[in-house]
Amino acid sequence: MSIKDLLTPFTAWKRITKDPVTIRDPFNDRPGAERYRGFHKNDVNKCIGCGTCEDICENEAIDMVPFKDPISGDSGLRPRLDYGRCCWCALCVDVCTTNSLTLSNEYTWVTVDPEDFRYTPGVDKKAWDDNEKGWKKPEGNYEFYNINRVEMHHLHPEDRDKSFVEMVKGYSREQAIAEADRCVECGICTATCPAHMGIPEYIKAVRHEDMEEGLRILYETNPLPEICGRICTHKCETVCSIGHKGDPLSIRWLKRYIADNVSSDKYKEILNTIDLSNNHKKVAIIGSGPAGLSAAHYLALMGYQCTIFEQYEKAGGMMRYGIPEYRLPYDSIDKDIDYILSLGVDIKYNARIGIDITLEQLNKDYDAVFAGTGLHLGRSTGIPGSDNEHVYYATDLLRQITAGEEIEVTDQIVVIGGGNVAMDITRSLARMQNQKFGKVNIITTALEREKNLPADLEEVVESREEGAVINPGWAPQSIEIENGRPVGLHVIKCNSLFDDSGRFNPQCDITKKEFFRGSMIVQSIGQGMDLSYVSEDFKKDLEFGPRGRVQTNAHFQTSVKWFFMGGDIIEGPDVIHGIANGHKAAIGIDNYIQGIDFAPAK
Amino acid sequence: MDLTKMFQFNADRSSYPELDANGKPIIDLSSHKYLKLWQGPQHPGVTGNMSLELTVNGDEIVESITHVGYLHRGFEKLMERRKFIQCFPTCIRMCVAEPDPNEYILSACIEELGGIEVPETAQWLRTLALEMARLQVLLRGVPGQAGTFSLGLGYQWGNYIRDLILDRFEELTGGRVYHMYILPGGVRGLLPDGFKKRMEENLKLVDEFLVNINDLMYNNIVFKQRAVGLAVIPVEWIDKYGVYGPSARAAGIMRDVRKTHPYLKYGELDFEPFTTTASDVYARSLVRWHDLKMTVDLIRQIMAKMPDKGDIKAPTPNVMHWRIPKGETYVKCESSRGEYGMYMVTDGSDMPRRVNLKGPSYTQATALLERLLINANIADTAAIMVSLATCPPEIER
Ligand code: SF4
Ligand code: SF4
Repeated sequence: MSIKDLLTPFTAWKRITKDPVTIRDPFNDRPGAERYRGFHKNDVNKCIGCGTCEDICENEAIDMVPFKDPISGDSGLRPRLDYGRCCWCALCVDVCTTNSLTLSNEYTWVTVDPEDFRYTPGVDKKAWDDNEKGWKKPEGNYEFYNINRVEMHHLHPEDRDKSFVEMVKGYSREQAIAEADRCVECGICTATCPAHMGIPEYIKAVRHEDMEEGLRILYETNPLPEICGRICTHKCETVCSIGHKGDPLSIRWLKRYIADNVSSDKYKEILNTIDLSNNHKKVAIIGSGPAGLSAAHYLALMGYQCTIFEQYEKAGGMMRYGIPEYRLPYDSIDKDIDYILSLGVDIKYNARIGIDITLEQLNKDYDAVFAGTGLHLGRSTGIPGSDNEHVYYATDLLRQITAGEEIEVTDQIVVIGGGNVAMDITRSLARMQNQKFGKVNIITTALEREKNLPADLEEVVESREEGAVINPGWAPQSIEIENGRPVGLHVIKCNSLFDDSGRFNPQCDITKKEFFRGSMIVQSIGQGMDLSYVSEDFKKDLEFGPRGRVQTNAHFQTSVKWFFMGGDIIEGPDVIHGIANGHKAAIGIDNYIQGIDFAPAK
Repeated sequence: MDLTKMFQFNADRSSYPELDANGKPIIDLSSHKYLKLWQGPQHPGVTGNMSLELTVNGDEIVESITHVGYLHRGFEKLMERRKFIQCFPTCIRMCVAEPDPNEYILSACIEELGGIEVPETAQWLRTLALEMARLQVLLRGVPGQAGTFSLGLGYQWGNYIRDLILDRFEELTGGRVYHMYILPGGVRGLLPDGFKKRMEENLKLVDEFLVNINDLMYNNIVFKQRAVGLAVIPVEWIDKYGVYGPSARAAGIMRDVRKTHPYLKYGELDFEPFTTTASDVYARSLVRWHDLKMTVDLIRQIMAKMPDKGDIKAPTPNVMHWRIPKGETYVKCESSRGEYGMYMVTDGSDMPRRVNLKGPSYTQATALLERLLINANIADTAAIMVSLATCPPEIER
């Protein structure tokens, strides 16, 4: 120790001349930094109420509370914060599926009522709502889950355009697990799926590689998973939360993955349907499309003896006779249907109601009747020339192709229609042209403009890949006939389809004309129902709605108590609505037969 | 003039109490020679939230027992019921003053067991955040040692600069105290524009602070009289009591994970941790002063070498159900107090099966502190405690 040690500490006095470092005015606001994690903000119109923020919050500071009526793709709930629990980690912001949730840079809040500190950002107005600064999900490659879809392997156009082999290959194990990993288990999709399938649950089963559990979940709401896993219109995917920032989950392919990976001989054991009870009640089902099969399946599980009356040689309805094989191979259809039939469901092929047996007779022989007869009748454009024998309906041709019948295929074809059925026939005929002539020459035209085409985008893209010309935005005027054969279709430009009040009212420009050459014309502008099996007498007892559809209640019971109807003739048209209708109708039929009251026909 | 003699405080200490054949003190409270004195708990933060049960004879401590349990948090246990991502806001609280090493070791455990490679830029940013954490802790920790002898001035200086460092943390991480910046897979943001410039301005203040604090503390007769020779940790105790970091280096043992087992970007930085041998309170404090100096230098090196752009986070499985295969690991880093490690066991589920934190306070403030306080003066208790960088939240996690 030295004298220096005695004196140096006093050098601290040199600071006496300096300004104090403390802030002089503590009352002025000191704004938080650009990224400050302050109080929550939520863009409630962007938020979909998926609840992922609630799930990630380890402090349980977030509760989902009602905000508005739920709509498709929006649970109607919004996150409510409890600032007695929140630790401002901002994981809720980083995980948010829509980026609607952010934090402001505000951090002071004085109130006398502790209840105030529980609030719903964006709903309860706060001073910091317009605060631009504060924490947002970091930019760049920063996500808590993969927002990009695992690519599905498709056959290349040159490998598929000559044959009807299935073009979507299905996921491998690794791909399926990786895709399933992306789900945040919000259930937004379940609400939108017409059959309310347990989507996050079966996706979880894929993640956990538990195919048996996956299959059980599928069959709770959908007895046609092989089929739906391939051709479902996947309304669920259009609302999937992950789709807001990236690609939605491939829900459909994951369903297919489960069904593809359980062999059919294990189904009964896994689904516990080896010994089904029998309640000795009988139900007749008209049509073996999705609605009929679904009703038969759920009724069989409840112990009913079901008999399906099918007008064609094979079961499946439009799924077999309307959808081309490259999209839905017959093996897959058979796997689903064979299982349903194995539950003791009886099926009579080539049986036509109204001809072979009447509805009234069915009423006598059975305790209830369900009709899911679908939309089979092609609609005509009614333009001059459309009655020529070389002008076809898409539905007829598709059915004939499935049945293995010879159909006419010329080297120049025009298809009228912009829906999925139009694409189906376009692509089927393109393949057949390729087989026959070695090249494709087919034009598909529709009233709608490109961006409004009712067909799925992928169908349009793939049709083009296969060599078809899709030329939308034209109104067909007439079919020119020479020597008893069509030579082409006259069209004029169609500018808009609907008027301001949303009514169908096409506006065309007659100065813009076009002529599409074709020695064969196919009309695919929608399908109608064929109720010829219902006698005129019987029709008097049925109530009809404004569009000629039969009125049913929530359980698809018509005004004739023993007669239930569902599927495309009531709702849709698509497979999954049919399945959902069939399931509900099965419950309705059970209630009816057991004499339990439920809502009358609406 | 022999100043040492003039300011002689270190009067011969008694050998109370007598020891029994096993070396245990024989304390008979009914003899009225001894008094029980509780130091703490009296404050919900820092060293106040544990308590020392002292047995004193006059002003001399003859026995000390460390009591923890006033925070009752159980974070390690809580994490067994948290998804991996949810452990992230939990773990930071294990050491409040220096939360960043918690974030790092948790993330590193998860990344190692989950097979995640952290991007280069994120590794630099992590290194920076860890050194900034050390900087802000030592800005209080170094002068805090003088504070235990009632010299509070340096603490005020340090606290001011620390606040500026917290401003930097705020702009980098969005938080001042709990930064929640290093998370499994990477970090949560690049440097904001102009950050390096503002940081450099702050570092200049630290340079000045280092000089001033050197004058104020290490060339101060009172500080020297109190700290020199106080609570010497013999070198044989270093392993016996599990002494790490600055406390070990003050006893001449080079223990610094950054140097001995380089992690993140430390292998690419040029530094030599300071060691000395006196192993008393003064030496330990001096080691920390050198640590602070080295940290300033490291931050400058990091800012010069790090890339400005790049990925900040590796893709991870979906955090909402990230399952990590069965495994176990121990990951460590150098906190301002010494080796700070985490042992994690995973069982293939989406939550850790077991998390165990290994921090230097646990050993140093229980067994070692109890030992060092024997025959110390009551007035030196706080100084000894602080010299061991005691952090009760880390003991009681
Ligand atoms: S995660 Fe985002 S979108 Fe989902 S409920 Fe929370 S704030 Fe809304
Ligand atoms: S599939 Fe999409 S919408 Fe459905 S639960 Fe998963 S993340 Fe939510």
